[in-house]
Amino acid sequence: MLKMEHVSKIYKGGKKAVDDMNIEIERGEFVAFIGTSGSGKTTALRMINRMIEPTKGTITVDGQDLSKKNPVSLRRSIGYVIQQIGLMPHMTIRENITLVPRLLKWSKEKKDQTAEKLIELVNLPQNYLDLYPVQLSGGQQQRIGVLRALAANQDLILMDEPFGALDPITRDTLQDLIKDLQQRLGKTVIFVTHDMDEAIKLADRICIMHNGKVIQFDTPDNILSHPANDFVREFIGSHRLIQEKPSAKIVDDVMITPVTISLEKSIDDAIRTMVKKRVDTLFVVDGQNHLKGLIDVEGLTAARHKTNSVSDAMEKEIFYVKNGTKLQDSVRRILKRNLKNIPVVDDEHRLLGLVTRANIVDIVYDTIWGDEDESQSNQQQEQ
Amino acid sequence: MIDFITNNSDAIIQKTWEHFYISAISLLLGIIVAVPLGVILTKTPRIAKIVLSITSILQTLPSLAILAMMIPFVGIGKVPAIIALFIYTLLPILNNTYIGLNNVNRDLKAAGISMGMTRVQSIFMVELPLAIPVIMSGIRLSAVYVISWATLASYIGAGGLGDFIFNGLNLYQPDFIIGGAILVTLLALLAEFILAKIERLATPKGLKIER
Repeated sequence: MLKMEHVSKIYKGGKKAVDDMNIEIERGEFVAFIGTSGSGKTTALRMINRMIEPTKGTITVDGQDLSKKNPVSLRRSIGYVIQQIGLMPHMTIRENITLVPRLLKWSKEKKDQTAEKLIELVNLPQNYLDLYPVQLSGGQQQRIGVLRALAANQDLILMDEPFGALDPITRDTLQDLIKDLQQRLGKTVIFVTHDMDEAIKLADRICIMHNGKVIQFDTPDNILSHPANDFVREFIGSHRLIQEKPSAKIVDDVMITPVTISLEKSIDDAIRTMVKKRVDTLFVVDGQNHLKGLIDVEGLTAARHKTNSVSDAMEKEIFYVKNGTKLQDSVRRILKRNLKNIPVVDDEHRLLGLVTRANIVDIVYDTIWGDEDESQSNQQQEQ
Repeated sequence: MIDFITNNSDAIIQKTWEHFYISAISLLLGIIVAVPLGVILTKTPRIAKIVLSITSILQTLPSLAILAMMIPFVGIGKVPAIIALFIYTLLPILNNTYIGLNNVNRDLKAAGISMGMTRVQSIFMVELPLAIPVIMSGIRLSAVYVISWATLASYIGAGGLGDFIFNGLNLYQPDFIIGGAILVTLLALLAEFILAKIERLATPKGLKIER
């Protein structure tokens, strides 16, 4: 979809911010540009929407040379999420979300529809549309920042360290959110970051840059298992190299069958099921086994006097992982958020299984003794 | 003092009105010229320096001297007074427009441009709305200045409340001096009050909400 050929940016005085960059990005890919500051990653990104003009080389999107396009209309067709959130403080959330549609002169109805539809995607209530950015938390603001980049249905979205200013937990939530949105909406995303964890977690392919040059452009797995040179090895950090080695286990290998209850059941049913199955958490599913929420013993006690239906009492905003996720990632999430367990769903959001804290033990075992087991068995063979 | 008011009620109304419209026209001209000029200057920083220094030099000229200098060119009366006062309103408005626009967060301007705003759209959708509080405080400052300086305009036959003060000085009538001065002050306070209201209305709502 996007192709950069021999692209260089040379500033006055001969400093090469980007030096002969050649990459090709497929439609629907999530690509991270990563590097230290001064590596040229942001310059590379900004050349794509012509906020910076390349000195040499060509950038094409779907075969069209960007330098031949009108920069203003080009920018309206590419979503852009910036570092400092950058919501307009004098505009309501609605006006902020529909900024690009406004530039494209959409009708008011169409803009309103878009805003109302989009805000649902990021789990914020409709009445937030009429608030101002200052009334939202940093994390909520950046969700709106992401929506703004989607509002005109842009296929290509550029993100310039979008979560740099957020606290770790908020950042984690937003990472999940944009990965989910990107997959669901089939967007092509180019993402600048200096955080290797973020890049590994989100990107389909990572482009490691140093002094304006692309050092390695490959999938996270390939980079971790075959770093191109010492710079890459150092950059990704030895702890990650080791961590990724022993277990390429995915959640599907270890997940257990969760105890579920269907939406229309009553609270009494829920309590009976918990007692019978000896669990404190039930996952609420609909007729097609789609995960709708969870209900735990504390939630039950609190909701018992207010309602008698599971669908009213359940916790709707829950964390989950997709099947095929690396076990390590899900365990990391359990630990980070202090969850008891985390459900595994498929692409249609159907509940497949459950990863629990017990699986952490496996990881710890693998990490600490996994290597030793190998070396011990090697020694035995030598003897 | 009561005598001053009762004996001169017609003149008070007439002079106050004169004073008001001399000031208002000068201020309006100042706004019409200085705000767009300030916007243009932010796009040409080098010229901005020159223009801003010229206007601050003009500002330092004694107002009486400017008024007197107008006489050979445009004679006496209201027109030269308005021209002289207009020159005085320029600097505070120009300065504040320039500073207000320049102080708009660069990230926001960059955000606007990278969303696909044209330069002109960026000025009207981002820069001006965010700079309004600063621009308005320049206008308020100018208004107060211009009302107090308009007193001197009486010296070149422009009329206004200055007439009372100069008459009082010539005729040794303290009532006229004090009465005139109080009226000028009241007018300035009133203008300040009304412009503060306008500023409040003109400031985008999102900038007024506390967290």
